[in-house]
Amino acid sequence: MVATAGTSVEVRLPSRLGFEKVAMGTAASVAQLMGFPAERIEDLKTAVAEACINAIEHGNQLNEKLSVGVILSASDDQLEVKVVDNGAGISKQPPKPDIDRKVHGQEDPRGMGMFLIQALVDEAEWVRDSIGKHSYVRLVIRLDKEGED
Amino acid sequence: MQTETRTTIDRTAGASGAAIAVLRFSGDISSTSKDSVLGAWQNVSGSGPVLLDFSKVDYINSSGIALIIQMLMEADKSGQKVAAFGLTPHFQKVFTMVGIGKYAGLHKDQEAAVASM
Repeated sequence: MVATAGTSVEVRLPSRLGFEKVAMGTAASVAQLMGFPAERIEDLKTAVAEACINAIEHGNQLNEKLSVGVILSASDDQLEVKVVDNGAGISKQPPKPDIDRKVHGQEDPRGMGMFLIQALVDEAEWVRDSIGKHSYVRLVIRLDKEGED
Repeated sequence: MQTETRTTIDRTAGASGAAIAVLRFSGDISSTSKDSVLGAWQNVSGSGPVLLDFSKVDYINSSGIALIIQMLMEADKSGQKVAAFGLTPHFQKVFTMVGIGKYAGLHKDQEAAVASM
């Protein structure tokens, strides 16, 4: 394991779908250096991908003149990921997806991203800035040290 | 940046000897996969049970999950049974979280999926 506490890695993505995979790969690499188990790295990859997709599609409205910032901050026991876009942020959380309503055409089959993010990381918060020009989602996954000597 | 989705259609025999269609996906399943995924579904729609093979899929995001739900919507309308196999443990967990397992059995491999039909 490489000493990573106190380090920060930043990636800037174009607002083009598909580039979320660059952030996924970077987050996975940092998490691997920190010693996260493979299962948690997979959770992190999906959560980071969904956060970036939301930032590209909804925050930056697919405007390729705007970029999405991804800031990974490692500490002893957790990895924090901030995904920053130029949108106004969300005013309220969407309802939890309902598979029965989706399969029966009563709810859009899309709209799983925020649910997946919340389900897969230890902390997730969506933050709007006061003037509505930048917003970010902050994700945290913690290293589970139970069972270690 | 995204890997193209390829879908091939196979047929296999169920325990009773009846034909089961198998949609074999490879690459990524994302927002750009609509034509490949739903286009393939049109070829098996209304024609009996269907297996979804994800063993060569590297990446599925929420837009890809929405396409899978659209296949399940069509299957529900036509009364077709659907089962999936070949998901990584992570995506098996994700599919279970979003409730897909309620409408499509999630199995380790094709043999187990065929046996469930």
